[in-house]
Amino acid sequence: MQDSLKSSSYQQLEQKSKYTNIFLRWFLYFILILFASYFIFPLYVMVVTSLKTMEEIRQGTLLSWPSGLNLESWAVAWGGRGYGAGDTFLRPYFWNSIKMVVPAVFFSTFIGAMTGYVLTKWRFKGDQWVFLFLLFGCFIPFQAILLPMARTLGVLGISNSVIGLVLVHTVYGIPFTTLFFRNYYISVPTELVKAARIDGAGFFKIFFKILLPISAPIIVVTVIWQFTQIWNDFLFGSTFSFGEAAPIQVALNNMVLSSTSVKEYNVDMASAIIAGIPTLIVYVLAGKYFIRGLTSGAVKG
Amino acid sequence: MKTLKIEELSKNFGSTEVLKKINLEIDEGNFLVLLGPSGCGKSTLLNIIAGLETINEGDVFIDDYNVSKVEPKDRNIAMVFQSYALYPSMNVKENMIFGLKQAKTSKEKIQEQLEKVSKFLQVDQLLERKPSQLSGGQRQRVAIGRALVREPRIFLFDEPLSNLDAKLRVEMRREIKKLHQQLKTTVVYVTHDQTEAMSLGTNIAIMNHGVIQQNDTPEKIYNKPSNTFVADFIGSPSMNLIKGILKENSGDLLFTVSGSNLEIPIKDYDFKDKSNLNNKEVFFGIRPEHIFFKKFNESDFEINLRADLSEYIGHEQIMTFDYANQEVLAKFPSTIKIDLGKETKLYFDLTQASLFDAQTEERI
Repeated sequence: MQDSLKSSSYQQLEQKSKYTNIFLRWFLYFILILFASYFIFPLYVMVVTSLKTMEEIRQGTLLSWPSGLNLESWAVAWGGRGYGAGDTFLRPYFWNSIKMVVPAVFFSTFIGAMTGYVLTKWRFKGDQWVFLFLLFGCFIPFQAILLPMARTLGVLGISNSVIGLVLVHTVYGIPFTTLFFRNYYISVPTELVKAARIDGAGFFKIFFKILLPISAPIIVVTVIWQFTQIWNDFLFGSTFSFGEAAPIQVALNNMVLSSTSVKEYNVDMASAIIAGIPTLIVYVLAGKYFIRGLTSGAVKG
Repeated sequence: MKTLKIEELSKNFGSTEVLKKINLEIDEGNFLVLLGPSGCGKSTLLNIIAGLETINEGDVFIDDYNVSKVEPKDRNIAMVFQSYALYPSMNVKENMIFGLKQAKTSKEKIQEQLEKVSKFLQVDQLLERKPSQLSGGQRQRVAIGRALVREPRIFLFDEPLSNLDAKLRVEMRREIKKLHQQLKTTVVYVTHDQTEAMSLGTNIAIMNHGVIQQNDTPEKIYNKPSNTFVADFIGSPSMNLIKGILKENSGDLLFTVSGSNLEIPIKDYDFKDKSNLNNKEVFFGIRPEHIFFKKFNESDFEINLRADLSEYIGHEQIMTFDYANQEVLAKFPSTIKIDLGKETKLYFDLTQASLFDAQTEERI
């Protein structure tokens, strides 16, 4: 009697837990889909709007599908309408940004690798303090240094130039890049450096021949981080440059805000996407290394 | 001429004294093992010999030449590290010839050395592989090869076997021993493993708290430890140290423990200083393997002790006996049956006993 009661109650419990599991699973999917659409929704609106004509935009709703693959607004955003004054388009500023971002990413990454190397493998008295102050640099709000930086650029004679922006971004990238490389190199056995010293390699040789070749994961992380930061920067760009030297984010702002006549939503959207594409490409190409690099531990010989 | 000589060497990190007035000499072709617990300064000493650490006081001589301020690469030494420290981005060949290339050796000479050493160490099939594609033993061999190609005056080994599993460790230990027998290069070898030290070294320097406790042949270290630290450190289980008093009784010397009528006669013991022995507080030291369950030698001293504990470890058993409320351990074959809680007849091999001053803990 008791046994049968027991087994029936077990069956009930089993049944119950089965239903609970099914319900929880579907609930999980629901939440995930909800959040995914929340994030994909703005991108969807941007893409479809950029493919519509102004006529369609006025008549249709925000979500309605475009009538066809209308790339005219993209052409306008990139190359302008072809009439003289007042025609703002992204192409020259896009190249400004490239000219700014490539050297700035390169130098800040390189210097960060170098400082990370020194702080972990060539310890000196007070090196913790140096590292602490560098870390401090990560927490300084950039607004706080706008004025002194403007003065510095003025004295150096490179204000309102791409070179000036390269300098600013390099300097303010170093705390982050140093942090990345320092944390990576601290897990590399110092015995490698000792072995190389006995083998007769010097400071730079050890860096270039031993450490740099095993730094690929952290270089990818740093490059993605710096590229995104610098490409998307608006504050430094708008403060230290104007007119022809402006990077793309500043130009995008000018374009969207300065249109005098009708708001051309399709062109605005296309411009915004163009301004965002390079970072997207970098993420797609190097994204998997990004995760791997962030989580990679010790390098085992 | 000494291949390596260290004079009055001191080293401190900040206010911590790591090495205190170290003196050490090695003759050509010897195998010196620096042995000690972690934090005793043995690795620091090795790094100083290599030139990877600076010196606060004292000097290091290689072939009578003061190298205290000479760069590591110019000291004519090679080092094998615990983590192997193979350059991860280079293959085996590049790893092995990296040092020769830095020294601007001619291509022919590099090739010749590489072929010779890689054949010798049986890594000639692995030359194109990356370190990550090698097993632990192979990595170890490549690391040794990287040291060999440079034909150094002195080999430095920093715990080279402690990353290997137990079986491989024993194998590699034998290989290192063979290597030394064939090459006869001077070696300084750091380890915390006493079996390694005993089996490899022609000399062992036991260190503790930055001081060399005893620098001797393995036999002397084992049989005649110079203080209680060495006596305790070497051997497994370590030497029994029974605290008691020496008594002189009509010309004969006896070891007694207060509160017990057990007396051990001290005859034919090689005292350093025979004066003032009466009523001296001492440790009577005897190794577990020198306590027998039956009389083997004529001179063995018979004594009755109560068995308290038996630890079976396969080929042997470790028995714990009570000696006037002090524990005495003995090692017997596991086939011997001994009843716990009963008085058992034991035989101490007194020719192997040691005596230490209870105050200074030095051998007397």
